[in-house]
Amino acid sequence: MDLTPDDVRDVLHALDSSGLDELHLELADLTLTVRREGASGWTAEQQVLRRPVVEGHSGHEGPTDSGRSGHEGPSAAVAEGMVAVHPPLLGTFYRAPKPGAAPFVEVGDLVTEDTVVGIVETMKMMTPVHAGVRGTVVEVRAGNGEFADTDAVLLVVDPASGTAGLGEGAS
Amino acid sequence: MRIRRLLVANRGEIAVRVVRTCRRLGIESVLAASDADLDSLPARLADRVVRLGPAPASASYLDPSAVVGAARAVHADAVHPGYGFLSENPALARACEAAGIVFVGPTPASLEAVGDKLRARSHAIAAGLPVVPGGEAADLPGAQAVAAEVGYPLLVKAVGGGGGRGMKLVRAAEELPHTLDLAVSEAAAAFGDPRVYLERYVASGRHVEVQVLGDGTRAVALGDRDCSVQRRYQKLVEEAPAPLLPDRVHTEVAQAALALAEHLGYRGLGTVELLYDREREAFYFLEMNARIQVEHPVTEVVTGIDLVAEQLAVAEGLPLSLRQEDVTLTGHAVECRINAEDPTADFRPSPGRIDRVVLPVGNGIRVDTHVQGGSVVPPHYDSLLAKLIVHGRDRADALARARAALALLRIEGVTTTAPVHAALLADPEFAAGGVDTAFFERFLSGARLDLVEVS
Repeated sequence: MDLTPDDVRDVLHALDSSGLDELHLELADLTLTVRREGASGWTAEQQVLRRPVVEGHSGHEGPTDSGRSGHEGPSAAVAEGMVAVHPPLLGTFYRAPKPGAAPFVEVGDLVTEDTVVGIVETMKMMTPVHAGVRGTVVEVRAGNGEFADTDAVLLVVDPASGTAGLGEGAS
Repeated sequence: MRIRRLLVANRGEIAVRVVRTCRRLGIESVLAASDADLDSLPARLADRVVRLGPAPASASYLDPSAVVGAARAVHADAVHPGYGFLSENPALARACEAAGIVFVGPTPASLEAVGDKLRARSHAIAAGLPVVPGGEAADLPGAQAVAAEVGYPLLVKAVGGGGGRGMKLVRAAEELPHTLDLAVSEAAAAFGDPRVYLERYVASGRHVEVQVLGDGTRAVALGDRDCSVQRRYQKLVEEAPAPLLPDRVHTEVAQAALALAEHLGYRGLGTVELLYDREREAFYFLEMNARIQVEHPVTEVVTGIDLVAEQLAVAEGLPLSLRQEDVTLTGHAVECRINAEDPTADFRPSPGRIDRVVLPVGNGIRVDTHVQGGSVVPPHYDSLLAKLIVHGRDRADALARARAALALLRIEGVTTTAPVHAALLADPEFAAGGVDTAFFERFLSGARLDLVEVS
């Protein structure tokens, strides 16, 4: 049971007339700290401690998936000399600009730092994934629609072959 | 039918909002939560929780069979769909009906009538509402005929689009063939529906909307709102009533919204969205949203009406308890949407663990949120963390109180858009009122330095 905004307001009225500057309440399921903030007003910090009462039944048949680490993600290791491409922020990785479209890149494609190799959807916003390195794609490790943390390896790029392939001077 | 046990088929702050009204009315609330939300604040506040499915929305909040399955599993009498997700999905409304469960929303027929933009537009015309001049463009000659009436610049819009998606600007006649081709193929790819229509482009428009509530026979208008402060068609600040509108316009928009609700025999809460042309002082029907809106609290505080309670009552089949003359507006309300986004990095999402949440409290201050210290904001869903709603005697008073309240609000652990609101509330053009939908991008380009200082 939490306190409604009306409950908090009642606490506030009592406090305002008492001259106290802070009140800390500890109930079985909740803690609440109400503080006077200078002349400008009051704040409340509430913590609902109650554990959710989760039913055994489910609307969805299928395995429980924590959504963050429910299955083993792709391995984070890359061979020596190879460069891993990570997502700019965690989210769902897409290999193609839209469902049914051709992937941004395939194994064997040459990429430069600015080549878009995928998109990551985070909180309904799409962020392009740039290769960040010049070279040849040697592996696409993350699957389309797979959830990726910021340390996940989406693709592996061979920087040496790319430099040669683009016809630039050896580094 | 009296609702005794309600399945809340949503997440975030709207889930908390619905649970609160359930508690006040003595209705048992059961939250249908995805695996990412089983320990969320709404899950802790609901009487019970039922697992809806895996974290991705497509396997949980967007799956009608999962929602109906969850409702059946807990023997819920009714399903509240919140906003977004399946809230305007006729398939869920039908599936509930078939399962003998009350869907807290309009009838499937109403959802279908307003869910398709062209159909909604023809209903609006039939109800006598002004619409932006334009029409359907089946092919290039058809488009050219419509364009000749509408004039340039104009917009090509996807029938299946919405929220700013699937819209293209055409500045002159020579651009039309190319843009039309592009729009049709993009619409087919993005929405599975290649149909497009043309509309006059309003250079300086405000987003004004009217809250309506119907019982299927009768409807009431619960005042208007202004939601013109938008970034990429996402609203950031809303207020009620819409500022600096002539009284004549307040009356006309309410009458127009009522006419549409009555024409549809509308049952439930709905919002009639209008484009207000600042230059012509005229308004046009845009679309109707057949659900509760994110910004509903500004209407609640100026009318004193619990919109969720009214929504549940009409879903139970009760006639409206309100008469139009009972609806009075007091003062002015503003709402700031605080999102987990980084405004200094092009509003990049900022999911993660919240360390601490300190909220302003007091008369005229309300914060609707789903986070507290220790909450995890998952990357799977939208970025809305909290809504600060402030009620004042008038607009100037509401803005002053909002500035003071915002200064006290602290959400630590993730980056938020709170500093943008602080800068916005201090902006003279916003304070003057009546800004158009292009204002925010303009404001942002000039406010960068201020933002850095505030944050």
